[in-house]
Amino acid sequence: MNRPKMNPPQAGGKMKLPVGPNAPGGYLMDVSSGMRVFRPVIDQEKCVHCLRCFLVCPDGTIDKSGEQLEIDYDYCKGCGICAHECKVKAIEMIMEGDA
Amino acid sequence: MAMNAKTIPNEEMFYGHKACGGCGGSLTVRLAMKVLGKKSIGVYPPNCMSTVGFIYPHMCYFGNATTAPFAASGAVMSGLRAGADALGHEDWHVYCMAGDGGTADIGIQALSGAIDRNDRVIYICYDNEAYMNTGIQKSGLTPTGTRTTNTPAGSNIHGAIQPKKRIFEIVAAHGIPYAATASVGYPEDYLRKLEKAAACPGTSFIHVLAPCPTGWQAPSEITIELAKEAVDTGMWFLAEYENGQYHLNKNPKEFASIEAYLKKQGRFSHMVQADFDELAAQRDEQWGRMRAEWCD
Repeated sequence: MNRPKMNPPQAGGKMKLPVGPNAPGGYLMDVSSGMRVFRPVIDQEKCVHCLRCFLVCPDGTIDKSGEQLEIDYDYCKGCGICAHECKVKAIEMIMEGDA
Repeated sequence: MAMNAKTIPNEEMFYGHKACGGCGGSLTVRLAMKVLGKKSIGVYPPNCMSTVGFIYPHMCYFGNATTAPFAASGAVMSGLRAGADALGHEDWHVYCMAGDGGTADIGIQALSGAIDRNDRVIYICYDNEAYMNTGIQKSGLTPTGTRTTNTPAGSNIHGAIQPKKRIFEIVAAHGIPYAATASVGYPEDYLRKLEKAAACPGTSFIHVLAPCPTGWQAPSEITIELAKEAVDTGMWFLAEYENGQYHLNKNPKEFASIEAYLKKQGRFSHMVQADFDELAAQRDEQWGRMRAEWCD
């Protein structure tokens, strides 16, 4: 997985917050997975690596750097675009909490 | 090098944002930043993308980005361009990501000024057809018949009564070096236009249709489908303007059913046959003109 991680900068055991009108970019304090109701799961057998899901994911949570596509479940909101756009129906949306 | 899913970088430069699931606007930003890269300075006037990206201290832009006053995105871009040039950063891109209201209504004078000065900046307008950030109010780019909170659909008036402003032609009338329209339903076409804009020596303008599941009252998974259908039904068009010439990128022989497209969206759910016919007549009038004047 080659995606940014939630990493609130720490200083002496306390959370270090930026002061002033500027703040460092790429400073992730929180995950977005709480928005998700349905979880996309890729069937790697069916996937033909066309990268359509990677291209159209509004959150950029699909990582194409590895052999197989991976979804960053920390930031996936479960919108379902990847499953809807997949030409070979290799992505299934599964209710969170179900197996 | 043609930009497509295989060649764009895997690295995300707009990540962890708090946009609604299925947001077309965040896809617009994400793809733009993949083409423009980290050596770019973004200007975000008040719109959803500045709201979901800069939640102190959660900063979702991995490059440089700033917020601008609503009416000043063009002017702020000019200033940043002058500053970057003075520091010797001629290879950096300055772009802005304004919404439809920030482009066609509130920001139009600053946009006009930036084009007039012909600064090397990229103005990207992501069009979700209303002021979605403040709770779905009608903007200058809201199509006729749309139900919004200040154009409610009643028994007498069925949603917005004015047609969509022709902002692409307003911009082209300035004699801008490069202007284009795109849709997130055709991402490869949008990436190609971004590349052209990045290589343009003067001001460039890209108007992207970016559906909003919340404001369009449609399921989140059909965002891309809606953006594609808008082009296929003729409700939106893919065109370019360069060297003083218009060019239609996609000229469908037959339009897909406008009714099926509109019925997928809750904001058009009040429509009756007369409203569909009115929108179809508007579309045919516009396409008649575009085909007569813009085709070689």
